[in-house]
Amino acid sequence: MVKAKKIILIGGSAGAYELMIEIFNALPKMFKAAIVVILHRNERFSTQIEETLSQQLGREIHQAADKEEISGGNIYFAPPGYHLLIEPNYVFSLDVSERVQFSRPSIDVLFETAAEVYRNKCTAFLLSGANKDGSDGLQFVHALGGNAIVQLPENARMSFMPKHAIHSNEKFEIYSNTQIIMFFKSLK
Amino acid sequence: MVKLNSAHITFQELETVVELLSHISGFDLSGYSKSSLKRRVQRLMDLEKLNLHELKDAIINLEGFQTYFMDQVTVNVTEIFRDPNYYAAVRDLVFPYLETFPQLKFWSAGCSTGEEVYSLTILLTEAGLYNRSFIYGTDINLSVIETAKKAIYPIRKMKQYSENYLISGGKNSLSDYYTAMYESAIIHSDLRRNIFFSQHNLVTDSVFNEFNFISCRNVLIYFDLELQNRVIKLLYESLCEFGFLCLGAKETLFNREMMANFKLINQTYNIYQKIK
Repeated sequence: MVKAKKIILIGGSAGAYELMIEIFNALPKMFKAAIVVILHRNERFSTQIEETLSQQLGREIHQAADKEEISGGNIYFAPPGYHLLIEPNYVFSLDVSERVQFSRPSIDVLFETAAEVYRNKCTAFLLSGANKDGSDGLQFVHALGGNAIVQLPENARMSFMPKHAIHSNEKFEIYSNTQIIMFFKSLK
Repeated sequence: MVKLNSAHITFQELETVVELLSHISGFDLSGYSKSSLKRRVQRLMDLEKLNLHELKDAIINLEGFQTYFMDQVTVNVTEIFRDPNYYAAVRDLVFPYLETFPQLKFWSAGCSTGEEVYSLTILLTEAGLYNRSFIYGTDINLSVIETAKKAIYPIRKMKQYSENYLISGGKNSLSDYYTAMYESAIIHSDLRRNIFFSQHNLVTDSVFNEFNFISCRNVLIYFDLELQNRVIKLLYESLCEFGFLCLGAKETLFNREMMANFKLINQTYNIYQKIK
């Protein structure tokens, strides 16, 4: 396994799952970056998204483990009930501190810590959702030299989360679903 | 840029705080997960409106601040019967073995405000084992230990805790174990008799007793790999032969040398038994 030099983050809540599946289906077989995903889900029901997706997509989807090295070409999901953070030595860490924006895992926490470590090698997508999680995290990504991208609210099943982000900073890029898919399709 | 205010520090700046603290107090945070710690420190600086200089000044000069700092940067989120199925696993897989001992010693390491200790107490009571059990609850953080001793929790949390209790397979109603008064619920005194809470620092303190059962859940995730392994060694040395070690759901002994000394009892809840 090769340590990922670039990281791509995807944060989504209500209404984001379908687009995520389209994204994973669009991905080439091999790519160099690591993709890390936060999808808000109910921690009381141990939905095995990783397993289900791995079968559907025919490629392995990992649940990020504490102190695991972040390897290129992998897709990682945050485990439900834990915040997922990136450490300066390029490993994941988990924490069960207070919810952020009513969420754990919180998109803000992942985006902020990943931005801090990967700087301009960090691209973050904020997708559909019905809460405010992700906006603050995108500020960090943007301020530290990364690409902060928001789903076009008109394309989102739940437009509140992308709208909230766009209102918080007009410099975030806005991508339609087609542009988002194209981005992942052309990954190398 | 609103969020990137004075409370935002770099990893290098964090290091200087960690070094300062370890020089002038007994608290050594050098093996803690950096990103998590940094967020906690920033949160405290934000809360108290301190810049880095003022933070260090307070650590050096302000009486009681070192303790307060540790309270704030360590994570103290817990619940009664948190992860209900973990408790079911302990009752079904561990208790049948413990039943054969005349006396039992338990250690909840990193017990925070005590909810885990009282959950264990209830579990032991229902299994008819509490009379021969003694439970130590320890934490690095003094103020949570004080809360644990009081055994008083906000009543608004009890609904969730009752659900947890029932999912875990509880035989009664959680309200059988506490008295509600105004906004609070106090755990019954007969559940509090075989318990001792005290401060213990897993990083700097050593073995203080020998236990049949140690739970140390959602503590290791705050440490780097090296410190994790050191603490696991301390827990191992604190277990009697065939004693049980329970870690958090995302804390595993796999891929560690120490695994050779343990038998896996349950993979989902990371329950292990010391075999040598």
